[in-house]
Amino acid sequence: MTAAPSSPPRGPAVASSGPRLSMRARLALALERATSATSRRLGRGSGEMIGGKVALRTHPGVMREVAAERALACVSGTNGKTTTTRLLAAALATAGPVASNSGGANMGPGVLHALARRPYAAAGALEVDEIWLPRVAREVRPRAVVLLNVTRDQLDRSNETRRISGIWRALGGELPGCTAVANCDDPLVTYAALGFDTQVWVAAGQNWTADAMVCPACGKLLERGPDFGWRCGNCELRRPQPAIEVTGLDTVSWRGTELAVTLALPGRVNVGNAAHAAAAAELLGVDAADALAAMSSVAAVQGRYSEAQLAPGRRGRLLLAKNPAGWVEMLELLETEPDRPVIVDFNSRTADGRDPSWLWDVPFERLRGRRVLVTGERREDVGVRLAYAEVPHTLYASAEEAAAAAPEGVLDVVANYTAFRDLLVRTSQRAAGKKAPA
Amino acid sequence: MSESATRIALVYPELLGTYGDGGNAMVLANRLRWRGLGAEVVPVPAGAAVPEQCDLYLLGGGEDEPQVLAVEGLCSGGVMARAVAGGAVVLAVCAGYQIAGVSFPGSDGRQYDGVGLLPVETRRSFAGPGEPVPPRAVGDIVVDADPTLELPPLLGYENHGGRTRPVAGAAGKPLGTVRQGIGNGTADRAEGWVIGKVLATYLHGPVLAQNPALADLLLRWVHPDLPDLAGPAEAEVLRRARLRALGV
Repeated sequence: MTAAPSSPPRGPAVASSGPRLSMRARLALALERATSATSRRLGRGSGEMIGGKVALRTHPGVMREVAAERALACVSGTNGKTTTTRLLAAALATAGPVASNSGGANMGPGVLHALARRPYAAAGALEVDEIWLPRVAREVRPRAVVLLNVTRDQLDRSNETRRISGIWRALGGELPGCTAVANCDDPLVTYAALGFDTQVWVAAGQNWTADAMVCPACGKLLERGPDFGWRCGNCELRRPQPAIEVTGLDTVSWRGTELAVTLALPGRVNVGNAAHAAAAAELLGVDAADALAAMSSVAAVQGRYSEAQLAPGRRGRLLLAKNPAGWVEMLELLETEPDRPVIVDFNSRTADGRDPSWLWDVPFERLRGRRVLVTGERREDVGVRLAYAEVPHTLYASAEEAAAAAPEGVLDVVANYTAFRDLLVRTSQRAAGKKAPA
Repeated sequence: MSESATRIALVYPELLGTYGDGGNAMVLANRLRWRGLGAEVVPVPAGAAVPEQCDLYLLGGGEDEPQVLAVEGLCSGGVMARAVAGGAVVLAVCAGYQIAGVSFPGSDGRQYDGVGLLPVETRRSFAGPGEPVPPRAVGDIVVDADPTLELPPLLGYENHGGRTRPVAGAAGKPLGTVRQGIGNGTADRAEGWVIGKVLATYLHGPVLAQNPALADLLLRWVHPDLPDLAGPAEAEVLRRARLRALGV
């Protein structure tokens, strides 16, 4: 392994010509577009999955062909990958056309769907599921892989955090010349990134350390301290020196120079996401300051951080928190609006993780003193957690009913994965219904 | 804290805290405080010595590799064995259950010696050679507690690869019989193990949040004259909702 280069290798963000495609690949890409368009027309969803599936079945090598010679970055991690991908796409757009799976379909077919759009020479900001990252990256051969964080997500899976760190590390050995843009405050991410040829270390902080107590290399206890961040008490693994560091709510230190970050997205966590995205953009040929400036145009990401009407006179700011680390970030964000009532919307379907025990890892005590309204399919589990946290609360059948019971004004709504998705569908349907002509 | 405060040791939460089991300490402490009794949660960070003189010791769930690390600490100095001999209460959940037994499997496939607080052994499978290894036990679980414990049905979520059985001539008895789920994974549908004041189970939830009567059973082992406590009402609302959802 080598240290991060002081000035990263740069290439043009847009290749001069697109990849040369075989007949079979062109056929597969045409099928992808036709199938996804048909699926959309039939109202079967966004069509991002089905088209890619058909194309990959027709020609398994199509992803490799259509990705060849392009300026691509893959973004992965437990939390923040959709937002970071969106920020990276905004940065790359300053240099030319961008392919990005902005709809959130982040497995192989969804990535192919993004790459199957013309121009085939476009740069790419590709969100990839943590488990899918090796399979996708082996095909698309990205110049940069952004590794944000690895924390517990779905408890009904097992031993997942250490496994993800391990498969990412192994991936590095298969991608010569690829640079890992990695959060050096996360030991599992650091261990993974050291498997790559080069690294750009970003100090983005870690507000959830419970999944990184033992060394990913040797299994012994990690030590933490203000001078060194974290280090193993047994082997050589320790926090690397960052090239880029989040220094405030609107600043990053960029290889020793202070750069301004003015995001429309709230919270320190998004400054970290922006720093990672800018580092990837730089590797793809965009100046870091220009990249950061371009990110200020991103105000909401798939409904996250957006406001929606929930009941007459009540608007909700929609926030996603799908695991303890995400909830800790959201609690920090909620504290910037201490007077707002908070709606907690909580499900435990397969996509959320069926085991809701992790509610007890979230410091809900921090909601004390607020009006708290609870809904979702597992609202009773949240109720017990809040009872023991001594946070008074009331249960409601839906977020809309909860909002109607709250005072007029803006509320914060924190929902987990399927609860958020369903709420977004309902609010956009209502908005569309209102706009539709009578 | 007054001298009479009940001391609850939350043992190695970094190693044995993957499944919200730290919540069990919160439940026990609040159920004491709400009765006007003193309670002190004593977190024992991994690497530190387990303190003597606690009234309750909580061992939670964890992943395979940290499990091995936890045993090293729990065995050193023989504190746990002395505490149990001295009448301390132990709640061991999932990985904590497995390591509290005589032996358990590590992620490398080897069998490791456990702490030996329970006369049970855990293996990846008790099937004969050539027979398939059973799948991981993952899902909602409902257990009818042993009648002598006088508890309502126990609710929780299980997630473990191992199967657990008593060793020959084992003292004690299962915590209960599985109505829905896997539990110990033995032919008699047993779940957990109880011997003296050591109670072990595969149930997460956390188990004491979903089963306040079980929390009070453990507290009565410390305070035989524990007064009754109504609530929190939310716990009954949750239990009714879960029993309905699970069709029990």
